[in-house]
Amino acid sequence: MVGMRARVLVVDDDPALAEMLTIVLRGEGFEPAVVRDGSRALDVFREVHPDLVLLDLMLPGMSGLDVCKQIRAESGIPIIMLTAKTDTVDVVLGLESGADDYVMKPFKPKELTARIRARLRRADVGTAERLRVADVEIDVPGHQVTRGGEPISLTPLEFDLLVALARKPRQVFTREVLLEQVWGYRHAADTRLVNVHVQRLRSKIERDPEHPEVVVTVRGVGYRAGVS
Amino acid sequence: MSDPAPRTWRTRSRELWLRAKARWSFLSRSLLFRVVVLTLTLSTLVMLVLGLILQQQITTGLLQSKIDAATAEIDSARMTVENSLSGADSDPTSLREQLRLALTEIGRADGSSGVQGSAAGVFDPVIVPSRIGSDSADLSVDQPLGDVPAELRARIGQGQMSYQYTTIRRDGESLPALVVGSPARTATDSFEVYLIFPLAGEQGTVQVVQRTLLLGGVALVLALTLISALVAAQVVRPVQRAAGSARKLAAGDLAERMPVTGPIELATLATSFNAMAEAIRVQIRQLEEFGKLQRRFTSDVSHELRTPLTTVRMAADVLHAGRDEFPAHLSRATELLVDELDRFEILLGDLLEISRHDAGMAELSAEPIDIRSTITACVAAAGPLAQTSGVPIITTLPDVPVIAEIDSRRVDRILRNLINNAIDHAEGHAVEIELAADPDVLAITVTDHGVGLRPGEAGLVFNRFWRADPSRQRQTGGTGLGLAISLEDARLHGGWLQASGSPGRGSRFRLTLPRRRGGLIAGSPLPLRTGADALETGPMPKLDHAGHVVVPEGADWLEDVDSGLDPTTVPSAGAGQRAAEAVVASVDAADPALAIPGQSAKPSSGQPPAAPAATATPATSSATDGSVPAIGGGPRESAR
Repeated sequence: MVGMRARVLVVDDDPALAEMLTIVLRGEGFEPAVVRDGSRALDVFREVHPDLVLLDLMLPGMSGLDVCKQIRAESGIPIIMLTAKTDTVDVVLGLESGADDYVMKPFKPKELTARIRARLRRADVGTAERLRVADVEIDVPGHQVTRGGEPISLTPLEFDLLVALARKPRQVFTREVLLEQVWGYRHAADTRLVNVHVQRLRSKIERDPEHPEVVVTVRGVGYRAGVS
Repeated sequence: MSDPAPRTWRTRSRELWLRAKARWSFLSRSLLFRVVVLTLTLSTLVMLVLGLILQQQITTGLLQSKIDAATAEIDSARMTVENSLSGADSDPTSLREQLRLALTEIGRADGSSGVQGSAAGVFDPVIVPSRIGSDSADLSVDQPLGDVPAELRARIGQGQMSYQYTTIRRDGESLPALVVGSPARTATDSFEVYLIFPLAGEQGTVQVVQRTLLLGGVALVLALTLISALVAAQVVRPVQRAAGSARKLAAGDLAERMPVTGPIELATLATSFNAMAEAIRVQIRQLEEFGKLQRRFTSDVSHELRTPLTTVRMAADVLHAGRDEFPAHLSRATELLVDELDRFEILLGDLLEISRHDAGMAELSAEPIDIRSTITACVAAAGPLAQTSGVPIITTLPDVPVIAEIDSRRVDRILRNLINNAIDHAEGHAVEIELAADPDVLAITVTDHGVGLRPGEAGLVFNRFWRADPSRQRQTGGTGLGLAISLEDARLHGGWLQASGSPGRGSRFRLTLPRRRGGLIAGSPLPLRTGADALETGPMPKLDHAGHVVVPEGADWLEDVDSGLDPTTVPSAGAGQRAAEAVVASVDAADPALAIPGQSAKPSSGQPPAAPAATATPATSSATDGSVPAIGGGPRESAR
């Protein structure tokens, strides 16, 4: 868990909501910062160096998706989307732009904080652990993934996903199980999260995303780590 | 299985027959085809009749003229005989001579050198002296008396002039011939005179006529048919063109129009068609506009409502979290605020969901998923509620994976709705969930044995905001839209959602889905109506306050339930034990997704030792802590 107060950047144009979020976050022990205009989001991000970003997708100025892409291009910190839209297309777009998770409005504050904490939690690693999947090497404590010595850059969530699969290479994980282990959700949350993140992971780590070797789909059940 | 070779032949010939029948039924409905066939048939008929009549007439005419000429000829022959044989005496030799002379005389009627140039044509004369009798062998005169038919001779003998057709042989061939005869009287004798006219010429003429008629008739029939086909095509072609245009219009090409040309009737058709096409296009554009507006409205409302609602929610929760510091009435007010906000939120979500379905905006994001995991997760989620209500949940799933292309979010919502409803209305009795599948279709039933449905309500239950009994305390806080949304979700998959039940005995909801996206279902692997309800015959299991299954006194509940029942519905205790052993033996292979967190098996007294359920194999499950162990499990066939 974080010792000092984690900084959370809130990007949202609705003043009442932003203020309320500030109150709630502060009450939960976070240190919130707010920016109301998408076009300024990146600058504020660089200034504040938050540990997590809460991003509303409907923004004036620059759209939430673009802000997400910009931030993601610079950093691997967790990004949680806040969205009123439930269309699969919109959610998937957001996740593909770099968000790690999404929360639908209206949400219970407890739900939001639980998700924030889940994202901020680091995987508890004790001993030095090296894993292999296909031709990819994973240094778990060092959070490094390499192929033939070349490092591959993954967000913490993508890394966690890969490690979860790699730790039990013969095992098939259903989406529900992955949601629980990697995202930390007990009950059926949206399995689209898993789908999109697997796609993202594949696009970064597979030689040929159309014929995956590292993260293999098991039709009708879920995913499995490829053979090494 | 029968021998493949004859089967193939039989099936093939049957196929050919069916195909020929289909082709025929298609053709026989074609206007052009009908016109051509009709013309062909009728003109052939007419030609036949006409031909026959013509032939008849010509033949009769020919023969009549022959007869007339022959009659004239016989008359002159008679006169010749009467003249030249007037003084005949009875001496055979001289008579013979005289006869021969007379024959020659007749033969040379026009007096020329022997060529018979009369209008009647060639003939052979026969003279029979009546004195001699009918045997010309006595006379030794060379004449074809044998060709004269006996009937004719009889008539001539009576003194009449007459004629008859007969067949004669000349040059080894049979020919038709006309024999005309007349009695002749001299002063001393009476004779019979016959003239035999071979009809070879006439026959030839008739044959020529016949052939000509036939050829001409066939040619005429063909020509008529062709003409009629051409004429019909003239009419049919514009109709076909109109049909083609209509098809294009129906396929979506709203700009398709027919050219207004040609004869007046067709121009009118084209104009009307074009007017209709234009009207349709306008209408469709309007509907699309409405649809777009509706969609935008839905999404705008969605956004606009949700943001302030989020703020309100957060504020309420902050208040709620600190309500211990408030005076009692404020604290209570905060609780009510939060509760009603919960309801409001759910209602809003449901309303928006149903309006998306109404606007046709609902999308199906289907993936192949083992639906057993969806069911199990849903049952697990309903665990706390089931325990609070004291309702055991019994799940029966097949051993083999049941993979289907479904939108798991929607199916989960449907199941959650059904299960929560069932728990609400179960009145403490068990709720059973069953999954069965065949290669194309799967079915999930959720059955309760509580309040049930009154007759007619099974259809009403899916109506929006309909409640069976408005005064019921609803633990799940439903909005009244749950089943309506579930129905739409089922329909979106191309599936069915149906209900059945009877008052006081319980109800069953059945979800039927095609296993492949876009598949059509004609039937369901599970029955909609509960038959012999398995658990009705025995005492019902209930949970006590600690969550243990209470066995009714005096009976081993499992045995009671086992006896005399359909063995496929409730597996025996032995099966349960085997299941338990299988679980122990296959822990490594167990799918961790199905590990229900927090559950432990609590077999209660009186239960047989087969009572595991901690780490469930796919075949066993139950959702609530300490609930019925291994009852619904045991190895089973996946489809009945």
